[in-house]
Amino acid sequence: MRRALWILAVLLSHWRRHKMQFATLLVGLIAATALWSGVQAINQQARTAYDRAAATFGGSRTAMLVAPDTATFSQDLFVKLRRAGWPVSPALEGRVQINGRSLRLLGIEPVTLPVDVGNAPRLGAADLGSFVAPPGQTLVARETLSDLRAQEGAALPTSDGATLPPLRVLPQLVPDVLVVDIGVAQRLLNKPDQVSRLLVGKPRSTPAPLASVVGDQLQLIEPSAETELERLTDSFHLNLTAFGLLSFFVGLFIVNSAVGLAFEQRLPMLRTLRACGASARLVNTVLVIELVVLALVAGLIGLVCGYFIAAVLLPDVAASLRGLYGAQIPGQLSLRPEWWLAGIGISIAGALVAAATSLIKAIRMPVLATAQPRAWQQRQRRWLVLQSCAACAVFAVALLLLRFGESLIAGFGVLAALMLGAALILPALLELLLLAGQRTARQPLALWFWADSRQQLSGLSLALMALLLALAVNVGVSTMVETFSRTFLGWLNGRLAADVYISASDNAQAVAIRSWLRERSEVQAILSGGRAETQVQGQPVELLGLPDHALYRERWPLLETAPRAWTRLVPGNAAFISEQLSRRLNVHIGDVIEVPAPGGTWELDIVGIYADYGNPRGQLTVNVAALIRQFPQTPQTRIGLIVARENIPGLIAALQKQFALGERNVADQATVKAESIRIFNRTFAVTSALNAFTLGVAGIALLTSLLTLANSRLPQLAPLWAIGITRPRLAAIELTKTLSVALFTALLAVPLGLVVAWCLIAIVNVKAFGWRLPFHVFPLQLVELVAVALIASLFAALLPMIRLARMQPTSLVKVFANER
Amino acid sequence: MSADGISRRAFAGGIAALTLARRAGAQGYAGLGETADGFAKVTPGKIFAFPADHGPHPEFRIEWWYLTANLRDGSGAACGLQWTLFRQAAQPGPQGEGWANQQIWMAHAAVTRADTHRFNEVFSRGGIGQAGVTATPFAAWIDDWEMKGLDRTDDRSLAPLTLKASSTDFSYALTLEADRPVVLQGDRGYSRKSERGQASYYYSQPFYRARGTLTIDDKVVDVSGQAWMDREWSSQPLDTDQTGWDWLSLHLASGDKLMLYRLRQKDGRDYPFGNWISAAGETKMIAGGDIQMIPKATAEVAGRKLPVEWQIAIPSRSFAIACKPLNPKAWMGTGFSYWEGPIGFAGTHDGVGYLELTGY
Repeated sequence: MRRALWILAVLLSHWRRHKMQFATLLVGLIAATALWSGVQAINQQARTAYDRAAATFGGSRTAMLVAPDTATFSQDLFVKLRRAGWPVSPALEGRVQINGRSLRLLGIEPVTLPVDVGNAPRLGAADLGSFVAPPGQTLVARETLSDLRAQEGAALPTSDGATLPPLRVLPQLVPDVLVVDIGVAQRLLNKPDQVSRLLVGKPRSTPAPLASVVGDQLQLIEPSAETELERLTDSFHLNLTAFGLLSFFVGLFIVNSAVGLAFEQRLPMLRTLRACGASARLVNTVLVIELVVLALVAGLIGLVCGYFIAAVLLPDVAASLRGLYGAQIPGQLSLRPEWWLAGIGISIAGALVAAATSLIKAIRMPVLATAQPRAWQQRQRRWLVLQSCAACAVFAVALLLLRFGESLIAGFGVLAALMLGAALILPALLELLLLAGQRTARQPLALWFWADSRQQLSGLSLALMALLLALAVNVGVSTMVETFSRTFLGWLNGRLAADVYISASDNAQAVAIRSWLRERSEVQAILSGGRAETQVQGQPVELLGLPDHALYRERWPLLETAPRAWTRLVPGNAAFISEQLSRRLNVHIGDVIEVPAPGGTWELDIVGIYADYGNPRGQLTVNVAALIRQFPQTPQTRIGLIVARENIPGLIAALQKQFALGERNVADQATVKAESIRIFNRTFAVTSALNAFTLGVAGIALLTSLLTLANSRLPQLAPLWAIGITRPRLAAIELTKTLSVALFTALLAVPLGLVVAWCLIAIVNVKAFGWRLPFHVFPLQLVELVAVALIASLFAALLPMIRLARMQPTSLVKVFANER
Repeated sequence: MSADGISRRAFAGGIAALTLARRAGAQGYAGLGETADGFAKVTPGKIFAFPADHGPHPEFRIEWWYLTANLRDGSGAACGLQWTLFRQAAQPGPQGEGWANQQIWMAHAAVTRADTHRFNEVFSRGGIGQAGVTATPFAAWIDDWEMKGLDRTDDRSLAPLTLKASSTDFSYALTLEADRPVVLQGDRGYSRKSERGQASYYYSQPFYRARGTLTIDDKVVDVSGQAWMDREWSSQPLDTDQTGWDWLSLHLASGDKLMLYRLRQKDGRDYPFGNWISAAGETKMIAGGDIQMIPKATAEVAGRKLPVEWQIAIPSRSFAIACKPLNPKAWMGTGFSYWEGPIGFAGTHDGVGYLELTGY
């Protein structure tokens, strides 16, 4: 044990003499872990945000009982069910107007509210009293409070002259919802003894069958496991995770370079240790222990940094919850044990992988091997060819995977191979470029410039590889995010084309509503749709009937179309097919699809393929009149309306009053859309900040490499100084050199990043979800990124250059001393 | 010095903290020492009227219907069960309509055998019918847990009754019969709790004969035995420096019943009280100085040390027994937690009973 400690002390003494190298190693590990864990935390947080939207006191995550025909029903049914052992909790929903804003009012009953409702906000026992007892409370999200320009504790008046209970912030709530006690809601909405739905909790015992208690007055709606939003964003988070992983690799590149150099420099030390009688096994064990300890320390620091990255990026959700509600809120940015463990684990595993070659070399080292720290760099050079061959092999693998791979893993394989190949081939490409430059040079100084750049390349190549990957990741992320956000928002606009959706309880009511709506001046258009279910080639398929309206022609997102597609849809013998279904059935434009209908087979020409992001089911879109002819049972209860935004609340209120429609039957899509977009934008903002961090890591890699190199470069620079080139001039030359290789690397990173983004969008996404995002390139963004890369390189190069410019002449003279 | 029965059943305080965010300032165990401003006061001289007094008294802050039963199954194995309904008013004043009603209801149910102890709790708001009590016909309920009179139920004995409760892993259904009237505790039902006038209205029916089924993990067994019900209501039953109590209800083999407890104070002193109920239903208070209650052994449950074994002596009645719990792990891990379980005792007298330990 003592002996092991001594060896450790000896090994550690190396770091004392090479502080910069030590810093490089730590920074690499810290950055790798921080980025990886930060991305994980952000992903988790975003998911929680969607949960939050879905689970507001029993949203779609909770099973519920609703009345099939009416918006509300008597709370006596609630009591009846409770007395029969049903663990139900009542909720009443409606809208109130405050200062002209229409807000969702949700009345809940906190005493019976199921506690096992996903990430739903919870009231502590201590808060319960003030929520229930007069005057009660109105719970709102922080966003809503600021939207209302109100302070906590304010009792706001509604447009009906009623007064809300004092406001209180409950941070996990979704915006634009006011949560009050059910009794208060009944009063505010003027629905005494009425409830909209009953949330079903975990049963305490086996309750009596529903029908035996309430007959057919209520029906059970099972919870949906995943929300629409979640399905849509799954892809986004998968990609984000991929980028987290890539960032991690960038960090490992730095570690690999630091460990490799340190190992070579410590060879004489290891040899001496062995000569002194330390067994190879002991030395190697201590080497591994040293690395693991370093990785542990760096991993911990990295995790803390990652936490802060996530916390800074998600200010509203992180810390604020913690203080207010203690640790019990699921999904807060809490330091979950598995998160810590995973982070530390990945740091240690990463360090071991990065150091593997060096460790294996140490294990195999003969006792009398001589140290060749310079030769290590030289050998790297010899490896250029080998490395390029390896790169080609990796590219070949990527191509093979692209051609024959079927699974999601294969998609990621392509991605990883591309990145690795590009990193491996970078030094060779740079070498070729510099060689070409050297050939064109005539001036002696220029000649020296090129030659010296080449000689410097081996030392810088790892840092440049890191820069290349970081930049590529950046290009990839920005492209993907931008693509995703544009596509998604466009698609959302198209799919939620109408501003208000009504679903009537039956056809008769739908007819009545339509004729009522025709009298309303604020209704710009009435769009009646329909849906039917069928099976095509054994697959469940949804038939969506759309009316022929200019709005759809303008906004409905078609990926591919035959000529006059919309016109051809009208007679009823043509259909659009969703992208997922077209892939699954291998159907293209011009093909005919046979749909089993009650009256016989319905043949449909495929005249368009449209995006249906996030929908796991296949879908065909046809003209609604044709759909009703073929499927006479199709309920014609769905009505879409085009209404100016400011008229929506009034119209909805009037509709609800006239036809006793509940919240579920009249949906204000404009609000839904706005809410979804808000959540998305926050996630997008987060990723762009993440980009900055990855670039920062690459900058650090470059800086540490340059610093490591700076000292060993004196012998090359001293002769130039001796023949009369001033130190500032020398520094300028060095700076130019660094910037030019960085520029070249950045230029190479752009196409690589685009290919990476394309891979994600066109391969990984398709394999994972069955749909493909359109690929857009955003040139301005790319220019910006190259500029940022250069600035980062400039900063990285500046410190060593300033040192050189100010270097004492004696240091330079020393180079010519006899030891050299 | 009052020797009245105490409101051991003061768990309604659990509701106190549930309904009001007063916990920080709560006095005594479960907030039972809070002052009763605005609520009706407990004064001596009340004439009890049945069936009306079987029903709720919403003008008082807290109230309960509390039943424990000592049973045996077909194989002779002992078991016990508890069924309790608590009412608590969050605010004094006129009763609010519907959801605005200020009453909060809470119920506890438990079954205990030598090898297992199961419990559950339920909460409900008043005013809408999810929980409540009616005097005629008698019914006390919360969700599907209920204690209900039959057509032939006698107001004086509050019998017969049916009783049921169910949870995920246990359930029971009992019929309770009694042929003697309910017994007024304390001074004709006025039960003083401290020197400073804290008191409650308190009567019991300790003479129930119970019969029914008990289900644990889907295994149904027939059970029979004796049961004891306490009815109590008050607005401030505990003094502020009283921290908890140790309470016993004993069914003596002779047919006599004995209710015993001691209130523990912050200063370390404690006050025992007792009430001897003859088999014929006559009550006799036992002076505090005449009762010796000595904890004999503790059990560690839920991270607390609880005195589950006792040596009890009442020299004036030549009474000396040693009590042992059926299951020392009879911990009620409910919102407000306490120990409550069946016991057996032997000595000068034999029998079974229930022990309750609070404030530990």
